[in-house]
Amino acid sequence: MVNPLLFWIIAALTVIPSLSLLFARKAVHVAMAIVLVMVGLAAAYVALGAPFLGVVQIVVYTGAVMMLFLFVLMLVGVDQREDLKETIKGQRWIGLLAAGGLGAFLVSVVARVALPVQEETVGEPDVIAEVLFQRYVLVIEVLGFLLITAAVGALVLTHAPRLKPRRTQLEVQRDRVRVGANPVNKPMPGVYARHNALDVPALDPEGQPIEDSVSRVLKIRHQTQDGAEFRAQLEDPARKDTEEGR
Amino acid sequence: MDPINFVILAAILFAIGSAAVLLRRNAIIAFMGVELMLNAANLSLVSFSRIHGEIDGQVMAFFVMVVAAAEVVVGLAIIIAVFRARQTISLDEPSELKG
Repeated sequence: MVNPLLFWIIAALTVIPSLSLLFARKAVHVAMAIVLVMVGLAAAYVALGAPFLGVVQIVVYTGAVMMLFLFVLMLVGVDQREDLKETIKGQRWIGLLAAGGLGAFLVSVVARVALPVQEETVGEPDVIAEVLFQRYVLVIEVLGFLLITAAVGALVLTHAPRLKPRRTQLEVQRDRVRVGANPVNKPMPGVYARHNALDVPALDPEGQPIEDSVSRVLKIRHQTQDGAEFRAQLEDPARKDTEEGR
Repeated sequence: MDPINFVILAAILFAIGSAAVLLRRNAIIAFMGVELMLNAANLSLVSFSRIHGEIDGQVMAFFVMVVAAAEVVVGLAIIIAVFRARQTISLDEPSELKG
């Protein structure tokens, strides 16, 4: 028999996060919630006398499968928008009705079942191993083939053949010069006595600012300065007096 | 508490997973719904193993886990291949499979 408090904790730990599958907007949130569900299921397995399966559940699902999901999420971009237009009209309500009907049907059938509970056999690793490697040894070998096939299949599916030969650094540089890029380095940004930073342009020998010397990224973010305020500080008479008086 | 309650819990989880598969368009979220359905089946296997007092249900749940791991690997590889080909993981986009 299972402790009722434990059952309700497990039920809350699995059902509430799994609802994020339906309501959460971001796929990363869903993945983290499903990790919680897997931990709850592991607790359920331990409570049902299957400690080995509980540990395997943690190792395989929270440790490997859900992390693989997270890797793929990062690979395809976390901010993939989900389009909400319905391809089939009323698909949302039909789907909700079908899933809800299935759930209600299953629950109503299972709730009427009363089975006598037999003596507990705890699924310790050695007990599982005896069954696994005596009665089901052929299945284990077939599963080995399946895993190897899956690994090779994943490699083949994600393999991107190289269509063009790889460009060397020398070719990249020659192409740049051919389209008229400046072959030498860009000037460094401004280094002044009062201000030594990347966000102010350097001055050429005639005193004009060189626009190219400031990083393009800073310009796009509007984080550059033209140096006017430093000049104003220098030419401010009040400030000059205080500095001389010091 | 009777272990049959865990079967009811498994039925609820299965319904939630199937709703996710039917409703969500993001391929990865729908795939997580499939995972939840597999785990619900596992939970019912383990609780029936507890009810009957035999170890076979747990062994079958173990097999399901191994097959699910292989299935996740291939499924995610397919999602990545589709994403490379058309820059989207929406399930409605690849409509070339229509007859």
